[in-house]
Amino acid sequence: MAAFLAARAAAAGSRALRVGGGTTLPGRLAMALAPDLVPTLARQLRRGVVLISGTNGKTTTARLLGGIAQAAGLRVVHNRAGANLLSGIAAALLAHATARGRVHGDLGVFEVDEATLPAALAATEPRLVVLLNLFRDQLDRYGEIDLLADRWRRALARLPREAAVVYNADDPLVAEVAQAHTGRRVAFGLDALPEALPSRQAPEHAADSRYCYACGRPYVYTLVTLGHMGHYACTQCGTARPAADVRAVEVHLEGVDGAAFVVDAGPRGGSPDAPDARARLAVRTRLPGLYNVYDATAAAAAAWALGVDATAVVRGLDETAPAFGRGERVVLEGREAVMLLAKNPAGFNEVLRTVLLADGAPVVLIAINDLIADGRDVSWLWDVDFELLADRVRAAVVTGLRGEEMALRLKYAGVPPARITLERDSALALTAALRRLPAGRRLYILPTYTAMLQLRALLARQGVVPGFWAQ
Amino acid sequence: MELRICHLYPDLLNLYGDRGNVATLVARARWRGIQVRVVEARLGDAVDPEAHDLFFIGGGEDRQQRLAAPDLRRVKGDAVRAAAADGAVVLAVCGGYQLLGHFYRPAEGPDLEGLGLLDLHTVHPGPGARRLIGNVVIRERTSGVRLVGFENHGGRTYLGPQVHPLGEVLVGFGNNGTDRTEGAVWRRVYGTYLHGPLLPKNPWLADLLIAQALERRYGAVTLAPLSDEEEHRAAEVAAARARTG
Repeated sequence: MAAFLAARAAAAGSRALRVGGGTTLPGRLAMALAPDLVPTLARQLRRGVVLISGTNGKTTTARLLGGIAQAAGLRVVHNRAGANLLSGIAAALLAHATARGRVHGDLGVFEVDEATLPAALAATEPRLVVLLNLFRDQLDRYGEIDLLADRWRRALARLPREAAVVYNADDPLVAEVAQAHTGRRVAFGLDALPEALPSRQAPEHAADSRYCYACGRPYVYTLVTLGHMGHYACTQCGTARPAADVRAVEVHLEGVDGAAFVVDAGPRGGSPDAPDARARLAVRTRLPGLYNVYDATAAAAAAWALGVDATAVVRGLDETAPAFGRGERVVLEGREAVMLLAKNPAGFNEVLRTVLLADGAPVVLIAINDLIADGRDVSWLWDVDFELLADRVRAAVVTGLRGEEMALRLKYAGVPPARITLERDSALALTAALRRLPAGRRLYILPTYTAMLQLRALLARQGVVPGFWAQ
Repeated sequence: MELRICHLYPDLLNLYGDRGNVATLVARARWRGIQVRVVEARLGDAVDPEAHDLFFIGGGEDRQQRLAAPDLRRVKGDAVRAAAADGAVVLAVCGGYQLLGHFYRPAEGPDLEGLGLLDLHTVHPGPGARRLIGNVVIRERTSGVRLVGFENHGGRTYLGPQVHPLGEVLVGFGNNGTDRTEGAVWRRVYGTYLHGPLLPKNPWLADLLIAQALERRYGAVTLAPLSDEEEHRAAEVAAARARTG
């Protein structure tokens, strides 16, 4: 009990002193005082725990699933601010616990860092695990992607049979790893590209998993959606994309305004506790880009597998606003700015495509940091297709600790030098970008993770966005 | 004049921005009015030693290296060796660098036999061993020019007597984290752990490779100078980040 009290004091203190959102420190402190804190608290959630992991989309998917669960009348415990280590889960549980250590909540929806997933599986005994995707991301931190996949495989093999694994059928590595779970598996995926996007038969160079995980042959793709994701098959050993139980069909992208599509949930996606019928749900989301269609489909598949009713799925998806920095909008000196977090090659390519779909001649502010949370290695910038911007970008203002690398990247991508502005200071960069913005146009801010936090703090000081822990 | 580049395994060995090197060679040749032809050689594709003057091979994880190693030896080995002996340029980074040596002993599984083009071998000290990760600055051995980059490797590389190191480590780990050497050079074959976009931030090296590659076919060439303001600024920041963190 002392642990709870100390941790709650720490949370309050950290917010009062403005050193952070109070999302990590209390958890860390409490875990030091009571190591079995997470299992003890998590066990009390009546409807169990859902863990969500993957390289891209953890925060958004958790938020969407949380929104759906709330629409279904459940009290959700959620590590909202992206504190996705065990300490963050502990902090979220603590925030919903009484001083006597009783948790008020029905369902835990926690996003989990890829490397933390095995530990989180052991600590929370989840009812459902959502595996989104595996992209190269911060190799300096995680080491090789195959090592990570191995750790997932081993952890999933230990998962009790009653637990369900919801996984992305379109990601070859994730689909392969998911088979390590012997219990219920629910696959989700995209059935066709939206008509607005050019179709591709080969993955982009940022792609990771182009060679069959069983036999090493290159996959043959009939559809490429994002990076290495799509409809793939190996002509040698017959490994192929599993049929999706929950599919996104008739996808219409609406630039940075969101997307509309139909979720087709097959009978195999039904929960044992719910009627096992097929459903076709017309959904809308305010979250932009194909990534978010994947995230929304993952959330819908998870909700479907949990037995949540269709109305709540539709309402939850529709009503969930973008998580901080991920399609969030702010008004700056009367102009609209959209912030689109871009932290790895596949994600950045998707953001560029979304921006160019919305605006043929955009003004962009690109902010690149190389702190630990961004990845110390900025090599990945050279895998992003900035060539897409070459003749189309109206102006590009670059900033951040590695703004110089970014300016160099744009030079080699063929962006005319006159359209590139390097501005070290982020406040001045923001001003410079607004100055280049024609009347009535929207500014696109594309930051790495810590650059996004910095810019948000800057905007918060100007009073245009709430602090991220206030959401 | 035409610069003829062969990009080996562009889809398999491209761990982290390696293609930035090819983009840099292409751009810096074209900016000077030199024509460029890039041929991509994938698994199973044969290589003509006469057709290319510059070979580039990038990095990969153990799994990709295991796929590429036998192909490099059996399908392309003789051609690359013949071209290199005849004065062609080879640039290999990270995993590709390891594959040019005699062998690579991974953390788990059997040894991978390399091409033996560079007199060196690489040993991974085991799954629990610390990876050598971080910003790196080296001083090139013959010119004293500073090169900057990022390294991230589990394997430790040890040089034999037939090769020189590319440079001396100023900040970072280099070949093995102990002898302060980084990379290896034999004739015009260059291997280095400075992975990914090594050439954009080190235009001196990019131009050296272009000039040497052209020389094989056209005799000694002098490259027109370019304005490298952005290149130097990015290298300056990379060096500063290496020193501070």
